Amino acid sequence: MVTKPVHLSYDGSFEGFLTCIFQIFDEKINVLGISYSEQLQPDMFSTIESVLTDNSKAKRVTSGLIKKGSSAVVRKVHYAFLSEQLGIEMKLLSYIKLIFFSKIPVDKNFSNPVILEIQQIVKMVHREKHRMEAFIRFKLTKDNIFFAVMEPDFNVLPLILNHFQSRYADQNWIIYDLKRKIGLYYNQQQTNYISLEITKNYDATTHNSDVFKTEEIEFEQLWQQYFKSTNIKSRVNMRLHVQHVPKRYWKYLTEKSSWQN
Amino acid sequence: MSFERIKEKLDILADAAKYDISCSSSGSKRSNKNKGLGNSDGVGICHSYTEDGRCVSLLKILLTNHCIFDCAYCVTRKSNDIKRAAFKVEEVVSLTMNFYRRNYIEGLFLSSGIFNSPDHTMERLVQVAKKLRLEENFNGYIHLKSIPGASDELMREAGLYADRLSVNIEIPTISGLKLLAPDKKHEDFIKPMEAVKNSIQIYQNEKKLIRSTPKYAPAGQSTQMIVGATGESDRDVMYSAAYYYKKFQMKRVYYSGYIPVAQDSRLPALGSPVPLLRENRLYQTDWLLRFYGFDIRELLNEENQNLDLEIDPKLSWALRNLDLFPIDINRADKNLITRIPGIGLKSVYKIIEARRYSKLNWDHLKKIGIAINRAKYFITCDSRDFEKRDLTAVKIKGLILQNSASKFRKDYSNQLSLFEAKW
Repeated sequence: MVTKPVHLSYDGSFEGFLTCIFQIFDEKINVLGISYSEQLQPDMFSTIESVLTDNSKAKRVTSGLIKKGSSAVVRKVHYAFLSEQLGIEMKLLSYIKLIFFSKIPVDKNFSNPVILEIQQIVKMVHREKHRMEAFIRFKLTKDNIFFAVMEPDFNVLPLILNHFQSRYADQNWIIYDLKRKIGLYYNQQQTNYISLEITKNYDATTHNSDVFKTEEIEFEQLWQQYFKSTNIKSRVNMRLHVQHVPKRYWKYLTEKSSWQN
Repeated sequence: MSFERIKEKLDILADAAKYDISCSSSGSKRSNKNKGLGNSDGVGICHSYTEDGRCVSLLKILLTNHCIFDCAYCVTRKSNDIKRAAFKVEEVVSLTMNFYRRNYIEGLFLSSGIFNSPDHTMERLVQVAKKLRLEENFNGYIHLKSIPGASDELMREAGLYADRLSVNIEIPTISGLKLLAPDKKHEDFIKPMEAVKNSIQIYQNEKKLIRSTPKYAPAGQSTQMIVGATGESDRDVMYSAAYYYKKFQMKRVYYSGYIPVAQDSRLPALGSPVPLLRENRLYQTDWLLRFYGFDIRELLNEENQNLDLEIDPKLSWALRNLDLFPIDINRADKNLITRIPGIGLKSVYKIIEARRYSKLNWDHLKKIGIAINRAKYFITCDSRDFEKRDLTAVKIKGLILQNSASKFRKDYSNQLSLFEAKW
């Protein structure tokens, strides 16, 4: 029996997406598309079914992926999902189908275009995760919180949590994603997701003496001085420089921001 | 501390330290215990890049640029008329901690000019590292310079707090060293390397028996050579490098194109261009030694004393050994695939994994990301289409250069006529 094609909508979370995957396999849904409910464009020809996130169902998909593939496969699915690319859900569905319907693990069959594409998306997300671990710049606030903002292309916030938690264990810190309006707050005990009221024209480059400590401006200047002094003028290679530090990240880099003025 | 004075010192002492090119922060695991600061998980991070395109991973400074030596190639040599400064131990500690807390750096790279005596200098460097580890509970990366002539006892202590130790050989040949640094002896460089190598071995063996043995320089040691200052050949440079890799189990040897810092008749004149392309070819050769299973004698030997600037060293090697090609991508051993020009290690991995499932053709190889432009003359795959003409090495090189746009072309185009004249 061929079921009527439907469009699934979910809450945008990874668990929500995995719940969709579970429903698709469990109810043999003829699926046309899977979308984050806020992105969904009304379409006259298909029915929209909204899926309620169910952690136990999500868990069953994860354990299935580990059984048929490996924990590396789960990691790849998660990374690719966080790319938030338009249509990534359907790409991942084809990927997951390949994993589930094969007798042997196929996640390294790079001659298959679906597998190769997911591998490449994972690589992009991983690169930005690594970049954020490098490019985050904390500023010390008056209430002793090291505060940083970012606007990554992909949703890497969940991926950088462990890195910052184990590194900055003895200081309070916040990393806030201005694009997605969600952040991490670590209080020397645990890390929680938070959302803040940040005014639209929050300017990371200016010094707000109401918010930041006075010594903050000195350390920023010392860092800028260091950045300047450590450069070798006779070897300047701006092409390489921009390749390593793309301009879209300059806004929040202490050493680059003053360069623009 | 006075902010303006610190800023001035930082300017002088970072400027003087920048010719040390190592900025590695990888290869050391130091996990954060008891809620201290910092955690090194073995992966290095470049927090920024200078406008010359080099990684900024560590706060790289000299403790002081006062120096009793007068090495011609060095900017801090005694006879050079420059501003001198010195940091206090606490100042370096405070800068490191504050930069690290703001996620500017992975750690500290501390070197120094030699004041009073080698031991006196080394002792001060060790003090900084010790204070960071013991008083500040700092688990970031620390790279200390081994001062030539420092005692074995101090070197042993240094390794207990530092992740990496290095002493720069600077001049690849002994005759060059005599010419440019008459006060320094070759043995002075070798001695600390030997001491560090031995201590690393002792601590590693002990660790096998007693788990609580402390770490000793877990990221190993490295060294650096200046190229283009004394007319040495690429063979001289790379044979020395291969020697240090083997003899002292170096983690890295760095090559630094000589940047004229002084008017001296023994050296290239001020304003001579930095040999960037040559430096790049040397690094490629270094990679072939460490990761691609090449022996240095295959790449540089009596007949080939210098690397070809126009093409990469792997391609040069393949052109001299055309009898080994073509290689069948779907059947050949991994170590043979590694030797094909235009195929890097990531592609090797993908090829080896993917060919378990199906035979690979040109389309697959292209999507996997190999440089078909170079590789196509050296391989066959699941396709009837392959290079069937019996091309000579000169012809292949010509075709590859014709069909590529090297970013270095401007650097060698005026040398091109010279090469052609030789043939």
